[in-house]
Amino acid sequence: MQSKDIKAFLVSSVLPPLLGVACLIGLWGLLAQTNESLPGPLKTWDSAVALFSDPFYQKSPNDQGIGWNILNSLQRVATGFGMAALVGIPLGFLVGRFGFLDRMSAPIISLLRPVSPLAWLPIGLLVFKAANPAAIWVIFISSIWPMIINTAMGVRQLPQDYLNVARVLNLSEWKVFTRILFPATLPYMLTGVRLAIGTAWLVIVAAEMLTGGVGIGFWVWDEWNNLNVEHIIIAIFIVGIVGLLLEQLLVWLAKRFSY
Amino acid sequence: MNRFVLVEDAHMSFDTKQGEFIALRDIDLEIARGEFITLIGHSGCGKSTLLNLIAGLLLPSSGHLFCAEREIAGPGPERAVVFQNHSLLPWMTCFDNIYLGVERVFGANEGREQLRQRTLEALELVHLSHAEKKFPHEISGGMKQRVGIARALAMQPKVLLMDEPFGALDALTRAHLQDELMKIVAATKSTVVMVTHDVDEAVLLSDRIVMMTNGPAATIGEILAVDLPKPRDRLALANDAQYHRLRGAVLEFLYQKQARKAA
Repeated sequence: MQSKDIKAFLVSSVLPPLLGVACLIGLWGLLAQTNESLPGPLKTWDSAVALFSDPFYQKSPNDQGIGWNILNSLQRVATGFGMAALVGIPLGFLVGRFGFLDRMSAPIISLLRPVSPLAWLPIGLLVFKAANPAAIWVIFISSIWPMIINTAMGVRQLPQDYLNVARVLNLSEWKVFTRILFPATLPYMLTGVRLAIGTAWLVIVAAEMLTGGVGIGFWVWDEWNNLNVEHIIIAIFIVGIVGLLLEQLLVWLAKRFSY
Repeated sequence: MNRFVLVEDAHMSFDTKQGEFIALRDIDLEIARGEFITLIGHSGCGKSTLLNLIAGLLLPSSGHLFCAEREIAGPGPERAVVFQNHSLLPWMTCFDNIYLGVERVFGANEGREQLRQRTLEALELVHLSHAEKKFPHEISGGMKQRVGIARALAMQPKVLLMDEPFGALDALTRAHLQDELMKIVAATKSTVVMVTHDVDEAVLLSDRIVMMTNGPAATIGEILAVDLPKPRDRLALANDAQYHRLRGAVLEFLYQKQARKAA
């Protein structure tokens, strides 16, 4: 690449995002100047360096390093999300393949999908009588809808051509599923999974604020009670960055399986 | 006459929102073993519908279809179809696309190595041995259609059904594939039914051309026997009087007897 190209690349692709982040930090700094209680970028940075210099300490059940908090949240998301995938994806296939099941499930899905995930928390607490399974239950119920809906859509949009191939070859139901239905639906399925992980990560912070324990959501609430505003701002960044990484991971995965 | 494929008084109608739509009526057709038949007609004349009836992808509203003395009750690998838009499965390599059919037809009696051998032979037949590990999106439209033909031929069908197989290709690629198809059919002695809208293609390839009237309620208008000696050569035919007479007969049918009202 010639130096001119590099310059053009820097101006068109690298400069704008950097400028955007700089604007955000500048605005934040300005706001912090006028408002005494809001810590500025520099103060927050110092606090973050201190926080991340020892991420995995364990002083007491309610006072653990930031690393443990993140990992605990991720583990809850993974459990609830994994169970949602195990239930939601097969359900999506059934709903997409059989019109009767589709019409049967349509009112249930349209009724329950718009419900705020946190509204399910009391039911979880009531049934499981413990905070941790209740939080997982909320993740499960909030991430199952996009998986069902997108998988079913993928099955419904299967081109007739592919089914005709299957019919002419006289393939067995199992072969139709493994060689045609599943691979054709996979991109739609992964879209559902990507939407679901976004929601799940969104919801876990709120759920943990209510349930307590160890986790990034609870940590935010704890630091609010301690009036440690630097840590709350750091938490916002952590939640954002982890969410971004999860999303990117699934985008990468979807790319690998697209054809 | 050896009646290998037999269509007896077939009617086909579809239920639509505007009521019953009659696509085909009074279709009677006999096809001999080893014969190359083309179905030609204006678009909407139901030629693809007739092909789908023979394939078993559609069942007639009334009438009967037979293949090798057995009534056609549904699709099956003994009546292999080459689809218009190739219909290769995009997540499989060319090899796997062909292997899928081979495995279905011969898997019960043959081992993995034999099935592999059959697949490779089919690829060689269409000169695509080098594309064995390629995915459909990595090869050209002409190559995809050749893989589609190889997939159909590898199953050793009783009848090869082709639905405008070269319609989406450019003229040069089409001519090249027509030549290859002629060689393959001569070598395998296949019975072929092909839908086309290309008059030159029909005359070049066919033993008989089945010309269909305009839809709706289309039927067979005329059947033209193409008595040109085989093997045929497109360059030699360019100056052949009989070729031009036949071509003229098809054109006359399409553009005078069945002239389409201006759309």
